[in-house]
Parts: sequence; structure tokens; C-alpha cells
Amino acid sequence: MKHIISLLMENEAGALSRVAGLFSARGYNIESLTVAPTEDATLSRMTIVTSGSDDVIEQIIKQLNKLVDVVKVLDLNDGRHIERELMLVKVKATGALRDEMKRISDIFRGRIIDVADGSYTIELTGSGSKLDAFLEALDKTVILETVRTGASGIGRGDRILKV
Amino acid sequence: MDQSNQQKTGQISGAEIIMRCLHEEKVKFVFGYPGGAVLHIYDALFKQKDFKHILVRHEQAAVHAADAYSRATGEVGVALVTSGPGATNAVTGIATAYMDSVPMVVISGQVPTAAIGMDAFQEVDMVGVTRPCVKHNFLIKDVRDIAITLKKAFYIAASGRPGPVVVDIPKDITAEFAEYSYPKTVEMRSYTPVIKGHSGQIKKAVKILLDAKRPMIYSGGGLVLGDASNELIKLAKALGYPVTNTLMGLGGYPATDKQYVGMLGMHGTFEANNAMQDCDVLLAVGARFDDRVIGNPDHFLSVPRTIIHIDVDPSSISKRVKVDVPIVGHVQSVLGEMNDLLASETKKPDASALKSWWAKIDGWRTKKSLSYDGSSTSIIKPQYVIEKLWEVTKGNAYVTSDVGQHQMWAAQYYKFDKPRRWINSGGLGTMGVGLPYAMGCQLADPKAQVACVTGEGSIQMNIQELSTCKQFHLPIKVILLNNRYLGMVRQWQEFFYENRYSESYMDSLPDFVKLAESYGHVGMDIEKPGDVEGALKDAFAMKDRFVFMNFLTDQKENVFPMVPNGKGLSEMILGSDPNKDDAANEIEG
Repeated sequence: MKHIISLLMENEAGALSRVAGLFSARGYNIESLTVAPTEDATLSRMTIVTSGSDDVIEQIIKQLNKLVDVVKVLDLNDGRHIERELMLVKVKATGALRDEMKRISDIFRGRIIDVADGSYTIELTGSGSKLDAFLEALDKTVILETVRTGASGIGRGDRILKV
Repeated sequence: MDQSNQQKTGQISGAEIIMRCLHEEKVKFVFGYPGGAVLHIYDALFKQKDFKHILVRHEQAAVHAADAYSRATGEVGVALVTSGPGATNAVTGIATAYMDSVPMVVISGQVPTAAIGMDAFQEVDMVGVTRPCVKHNFLIKDVRDIAITLKKAFYIAASGRPGPVVVDIPKDITAEFAEYSYPKTVEMRSYTPVIKGHSGQIKKAVKILLDAKRPMIYSGGGLVLGDASNELIKLAKALGYPVTNTLMGLGGYPATDKQYVGMLGMHGTFEANNAMQDCDVLLAVGARFDDRVIGNPDHFLSVPRTIIHIDVDPSSISKRVKVDVPIVGHVQSVLGEMNDLLASETKKPDASALKSWWAKIDGWRTKKSLSYDGSSTSIIKPQYVIEKLWEVTKGNAYVTSDVGQHQMWAAQYYKFDKPRRWINSGGLGTMGVGLPYAMGCQLADPKAQVACVTGEGSIQMNIQELSTCKQFHLPIKVILLNNRYLGMVRQWQEFFYENRYSESYMDSLPDFVKLAESYGHVGMDIEKPGDVEGALKDAFAMKDRFVFMNFLTDQKENVFPMVPNGKGLSEMILGSDPNKDDAANEIEG
């Protein structure tokens, strides 16, 4: 099953490679990994999307907690949470496609953020599955380029990950 | 020299700060090898008298010796190596210590800060290279961070589940000046190891233990590292339950005690492995159910039993085997609490169930799974050498081993009654550790008897340390079980590869006696069983001499019992089995 794991770690050189190294050394999956500083400059927040059986996820959490730089780890799937990902897609937009691309983008509540003679760049935010659905709705041949940030996640309501 | 590198009043150099920190940590020995990037450090080292530097002949040996010093004493071992090849040579030693959770601080030199990333001479990304095999590592980028970083390094190495910590220090940092103050304590919000176990879980565990019909206590390296041997003995004695130790846990429970059923695992005794498989309640203490211990986990779990697992590292719990009562905490503290609870408990173990359980175990014992054919008067059996070693040293020696058949025989036939006496590479299985391990033990306890049980393959992997032993007058006794084969490889080839002995024969061996003598040591060739005991007595009588004993042993001897890879614990091949070779072949098919 897919899990979104959030963690806070010391904002130090090499911290990211400790996490990435752990996943590759122990053969855990990484679907996506995002990292950025928080409002507290000494802390980085990382969101990892991974998949595995309950036993594997339990081990992942334990192994992450074992890393000396990791301050806190939370499996967002343990409770209600919100997941968001940003995607930029450059699509072919010539002739009839110019209208069609605009229409599909509107349906998915995307925004066209760059317009060129032969292409649009569409910005889309949502859960990973929404972004997947958007890509599936497009004819493969019209997609020129795709870039995704990987998921960020946050607990709903009072669920807070903070030091 | 720029302005920042001018010494101001009250300031000392980075190299001197390192010396002061090591002094604060009460370091007695630093094992190392100098080189360009650590020259400032070695210059500061030259001027101090707080600790002794042991100059090895290869950085790998420095780390192994520091590792053994730690295993023998419980203190943090310290090694010092230069950048680049010095650092990479240390990696095998670091990985060895990591796999066996040995607390150690390895200081490696690094090229000057400005040269990092420039592919400078003797540059390697040590923090990157060692990341997967350290508990933690640091690259120091400011002279003012040296003291706090070393404080953290020693704290991290020794606390929680111990392990090696690498501190990489660029050369320029060791030459710059800063004021020095060593923090008394260190707090890290991201690192807060647990000590006390959950009292509710401990109560539950005691209740389950008292209700057991076929109980078993299984303890590992964590018990030895956690110095909880006395607590375990007290617990086992109060309950009257059988105890087995893992390879790493030998000596944690006295081997000559009647409740001890021997080592378990791939080469464990018939009684230990069967009791492990057949028990209804298992108390695991500082052990991790690894593949060499429980064999095939599915086979192990095919019978129901309740498992209580005490470990300081939560990630060791339910990693390979799901447990029923996990207790995360320091083994000494948890076992102490269990003993207190038992003392105030009116309920006693089920005496009649225990009696029939012991009868069953005694039945397994009659198999005498460690018996071997010792009738030959011309060929020395390796097992016999270890038995005699135990007798001659009265069970009191530090025994280090390398990796292979000799390691298993040492583990099976030397009866360790005390913890921290059996020093071997259990996790990583590093050939070549034996001699440097013996150096670390001898320095830790100069008057003690130290035996390095080794093979002719392993000993040659760090043979250069004969020179270090000469320099520091280390009266180690090398017990070389020389069968002219990479014995364990040959054994597997015999069992599982139809006797195709691919590259497992050791040709062109040196004359070990002459080799030892060339370093000023004593060498002995022992070729007859009748000479074994006398030679050992002679060797150990030479209290101030390094003696290299070359025992020519049976070339065809195999280690039994053996649980073939992927098989269950109770599916052992025994040495007494007349069809043992066929049995092995059939199993691998």
C-alpha cells in the first residue's frame, strides 16, 4: 500500500543523502521525495511517498527514526491527511488542439501559465491520482514534457508535525 | 598565513583541541597510521602524554584493534587515519564494528577545505563512503566545532545501540586556532536513546515467563554490549530455565553452567536448536533473529510460541520475526526490573512442566552433537586443539578468531564463562580481524592470556601486524589451525558443489615458524596430536613472548552440526550421521 511519510530533520549538509541512502541500501521503494527548509531554518521537512506491506512500512519508520539527524517521523496514512502535488505539463497546442487543451485544463482546474505558438504550459495542483488522471486524459502524442514536484502532505485538523 | 590563522591569547590549534578532547574522554589508546592530512594532528600527538599511540602496519588493523579494545573493555575505541587511502583502508574495520554494534570513534584526515571536491591528492569523500556503515558521521568545517563534534561523536558511539562514528577533519581546520572548552554534556533533539523499558510490557513479560511450559532464554551480543550478564544469570537462576547464547553472545551466560545448552544457530548444538524450535515461550535478549541464528524464518514460525524481545534498538524488533511482547530499553535496566518483579512475585514457574521440558532437553543432549572422532594418533583434530586451549588457559583467556571453520570450532569448544572474552566478527564476517583483535585485547589487559585462533587463509589477511606486535611487545599466542584449505569454503563446496574445490586450496604457504622468527617471535610447528597439549603449555608459559603456533590439522574435517542455508533450525546435519555427506547433497539437491 502507498504511504506518505513526513519527517523533520536537522537542516545539515548530507541529511538528504542519509535518507536516500537508507532507502536504496535496504531496498525500500521511493515513489517521490521532496525536501525543503521550514519556517525554522534549522529544520528541513521531507515528504516521502513509498509503498510496502505494513511490516515494511513499520521498518521504514523505525529505520528513519534511527538516523541521528532525524528529529520526528510521521506516517500521514495513520490518520486523515491532505496530499498535494504540483505538476507542469507542456502540451502541443496547434490548430484544434489549442481549444481542446484549454478545455481539458479547465476541467481539471489547471492554469495555463505559458503560451507559445505551438504549445501551452499547464500548471496543475492536486493529489497524485488527480495528476495521473489528467495525464491519462491527454493523448500521449500531445504531451511534450512533464515535470512533477512529488507529493507534499499535511495532517488534517489538529494533527501537527512540529518539534 | 591569513589573519584568521593568527593565534590569539587563549587559543590553541585544532590539532591540540583534538588532543584535549581525547584526554577529556579518558582515551588510553589511539590506534593509527600517519599521513599528509593528519600531520598537524600527529605533531600535537607527539607533544602529549595522556594516551599511547599504537602504530599499526595497515589502517584496517588500526580500526580492528580499536574495535577489539572496545569489545574487551566496554570503552569507546579510537582510531586515527589519514585521508584518501588511509580512510578507505579503514572502511572494512568500520563496517565490521558497525555490524556488531561496537562503540568507536574514527578520526580521519581530509584534504584542506578549499581542496574538497577538486579531486585533490589523497582525497576521498569519507563521509559519503562510510555513510552506510556508520552509526553517524561528521565532516568538521570550522575549528570552533571540533570540541562539540567530538563530544557528540563519543556520546553517539556509546549510547543507545552502540556503533562507530566517523569524524572527518580537513587538514586546514587542524592548523587553525580557536578557544577550547569541552562541553560536559550534550543534548540532541534528534537523538534521544531509550533506557528504561515500558513497565507495563515488563510486567506482562514476567507473567508470560512464569506461565511457560517449555521456556527458553536466547541472548545475543546486545547482552554483552549492555553489560547485563549478571542480571541474566540472576534471572535464569531464579527461573531455572535453559539458556542459549548466539555467536556474538558467548560468555554472556556461563558456558559451564548446567542450564546452558550451548550456542544455537547454523553451527549450534542439537539441544540448543531443538529447544529454540520447540519452546512455547522465548525470551530474546539483545539478539536479532538473524539468518545464521534461526535459519529459515518461515520454518521457525511454523510452530506457535510467544516471543518476548528486549532490545535497545526498536528497529531490531519484529524485523525478521514478528514478536508478541516487544520491550525497547537497555537490557541491563529491563532485566533488572524483571528480577525485581520476580523477587516480589509469589507465583513460581510450573515445576512439573519444567521437569519434563528439561527431560526432553537432556534427551537431545545425549546426541552429543559436538562429539568428533579423536582416535587418530597421527592427525590433529582442530576441535581437540581448542579443547586443550581451553584446558591450558583454564577458560580464562581472551580468544579472538578470524572467520571460517576455526571460528566455529573456537565458538563451539572453548567454554566461555565470562562476557567480553570472545572477540570475533559475527555480523560482517571479516577475515583478517583475528590478529589485530588480539592486539586490542592484549593492550586492554596486558597481563591476560590472549589467544588468536585463526586459519592460514585469514591470518595472511593481516599478517603484517606481526611487526606491530613486535614493536609493542604483545605476548599474543596465535593458534593457527592450518588445514591448507579455506576450510569453510571447502566444506560448502563438498556439501553443495559436488566436491569442486574451486580456488579453496591454500598453496604456497609461507614457513610460518620462520616468518614469526623473522619478527623476533617464537614459532612452533605442531604436527602430532600427542604434542598439542605440551606445545600449548610451553607457549603460554612464555608469558612475555609472542608465540606463533602452526598446528597442522585434519584437512577434511567439517563443522557440525550444520543447518544448511535456507533450512529450519531443527533440520541439522550431525557429525555422527553416517550419511552426513549424502544428507547435505540431498538437501541442496
